Amino acid sequence: MSRTFILAFGIFLTIASSITGLVIIPNWQFQALKPVVKLDGTRYPEVYFGDQARGREIYIDQGCIYCHTQQVRMKGYGADIRRGWGTRRSVPRDYLMDRPHQLGTQRMGPDLASIGARQPSVDWHAIHLYNPQLTSPGSIMPRFEYFFREVRSGEAAPADAIKVPQQSNGVTHIVPTDRGRALIAYLKRLNQSFPLPEANQ
Amino acid sequence: MIAQPIPPVVIPEVEARIEVDGSSRPVIVLYWGTSLIWLTIASIAGLISSIKLHSPEFLGGMEWLTFGRIRAVHWDTAIYGFGGLAASGTLLWLQARLCQVRLPYRNLLLVGGVVFNIGLVLGTAGVLMGQSTGVETLEFPLWAMPLLVVPYVFIVIANFTMYFKKVTKHTYVSQWYLMAVTVWFPILVLSAEACTNLGAVDGVAQAIANWWYGHNVVGLFATPTGIAAAYYLIPKVIGKPIHSYHLSLLGFWSNAIFYNWAGTHHLTGGPLPAWTITLGVVGSLMMFIPVITIGINHHMTMLGSFHLLKTSPTLRFAVMGSMIYTLSSFQGSLEALRSHQEVTHFTHYTIGHVHFGMYGFFAPLMFAMMYYGMPRLMDQEWSSARLIRIHFWCTVVGMLIYVTAMCYAGIRQGLMMNDPSIPFLNIVRFTIPYLALRTLGGLILLTGTIAFLINFVRIITPHKYTWKTPTMLDTERDWKKLVELEKQSENGGTK
Repeated sequence: MSRTFILAFGIFLTIASSITGLVIIPNWQFQALKPVVKLDGTRYPEVYFGDQARGREIYIDQGCIYCHTQQVRMKGYGADIRRGWGTRRSVPRDYLMDRPHQLGTQRMGPDLASIGARQPSVDWHAIHLYNPQLTSPGSIMPRFEYFFREVRSGEAAPADAIKVPQQSNGVTHIVPTDRGRALIAYLKRLNQSFPLPEANQ
Repeated sequence: MIAQPIPPVVIPEVEARIEVDGSSRPVIVLYWGTSLIWLTIASIAGLISSIKLHSPEFLGGMEWLTFGRIRAVHWDTAIYGFGGLAASGTLLWLQARLCQVRLPYRNLLLVGGVVFNIGLVLGTAGVLMGQSTGVETLEFPLWAMPLLVVPYVFIVIANFTMYFKKVTKHTYVSQWYLMAVTVWFPILVLSAEACTNLGAVDGVAQAIANWWYGHNVVGLFATPTGIAAAYYLIPKVIGKPIHSYHLSLLGFWSNAIFYNWAGTHHLTGGPLPAWTITLGVVGSLMMFIPVITIGINHHMTMLGSFHLLKTSPTLRFAVMGSMIYTLSSFQGSLEALRSHQEVTHFTHYTIGHVHFGMYGFFAPLMFAMMYYGMPRLMDQEWSSARLIRIHFWCTVVGMLIYVTAMCYAGIRQGLMMNDPSIPFLNIVRFTIPYLALRTLGGLILLTGTIAFLINFVRIITPHKYTWKTPTMLDTERDWKKLVELEKQSENGGTK
């Protein structure tokens, strides 16, 4: 009986120590982190609101994380910065508003930590999401055509319609649905170019 | 060769064991049987994901089958559906046998098994409908989790009850590991859910909690169950004691202490304090100690008995599992090094490693448990030696194709990604043949699973005729012969 107790207690201690050491203590360390106030009075990072927040939920529900990371490794470790995926390494403060985190561990597609800075164009994102082959031939990204309403030749294109560069099946324009617009707003918001001081240490 | 079931031999010890096995039959058959259904579902989901990566238009246009959802379903059904149920069945059956007590709370455990399966179905449906939480390995919507956690609490209670009522004085090595799993797994799930989806910690601390869990669900749930199975089966089948008791003690405690800390190597290079990653790397490297001691214990016990691999299906799968445990753990420890991670971190290499461990080590040991346990539970022998051979060779060949293709492609992919002069899309194009090779490997693995499933269905359905002696691999036994005999006897009966 007493040996059983030692066994069970020892087993419990191993896991209790690792969650304390790896999760609880770092979490204390991060408690002191606050957003920085920029010169124009806005804050970095800002909370996700409206379309950005809804777009983030869509990013999560579509499982973008299984192919895309949102973390730039430091200079000299990998080629993240030289590939143009960011101007500096990512730091804990960049993720203050991220619940849940979407750091990712797989790069079947490029890193998206600063995709909003790399691709600021709504049209580019819309066409890329609608059919990745149109912007990135050879891409293995799935099509997200269900985020768009297709306008075929002969139909009147609404004012917010985006022209498709290559027509196929008579589709000349696409109009993002509410979800498509939200996802694009979220992608455009992803931007870690603000020079946080700790990123240069 | 062929006869009706033999009457049980009257030896008190054997009789007691038959009674123990009989008490656990419905529960274990439910857990193991449904685990194989989930393995099939997981394999199909994996195959769909795999095909989508080299042919993105495959099953396109259907939102619920988009890569990001079906990929999550693949891993969750594999780890909770197959892993959870196969390991729980193994845990309950082994503990009952080793304690020599009847399985307690059988009705509760049966209900638990059904509820667990309902939880899996609902969780999977939730992910397919877009309700994933977005936390890797904990994708199932929060409302589905109690259906998985509560049944597991029943298993924990049953496990402790058996342990405290045990008739045997001795505690076997396997029992330490089983005890460890029942303590670790509920704590792991509850604290990981609390830290991530319930928001007890913030920002990147969530990422650590996520990978602390993601790595430990393999290391503190699948791995100890696999090791427990190997510690039980290898000595049992070859009839020799374990090589060294003291080594097993060292192996157990070093495994318990170091594996816990290894998870953060999944975040190497990430936006975290360097010391958290260093802890993960140190933990991973220290894993050489348990891996080597456990390896010595398993392989030295086998020494001199390798000829039995020709005949025993149980031993063949068990030895495959224990050998790949050593190999994949070495691979994993080295992989954690920062210089290694610089190249392979975000590549297919990681996926190759996961499958090496899960399908090369854990799954074969669970198959070995079932090959050993089912004839004893059902009082019938496996009906086809051919199907067992198909299952074994499909597992070996499919797994090797998969792992080799992914690891090689991953290293090349990583080296190219670290050279900014190579356009990203060229790297994507380079990986496509290897992604296709993976589909082939997955297809072979699925074939093996289906062969096993057929044999499993045959053994749980009552038959008039069964083989009299255990089904060995070097026989030409085929269930068609049994079917013919049954038909003959039916025709003969009407005459």
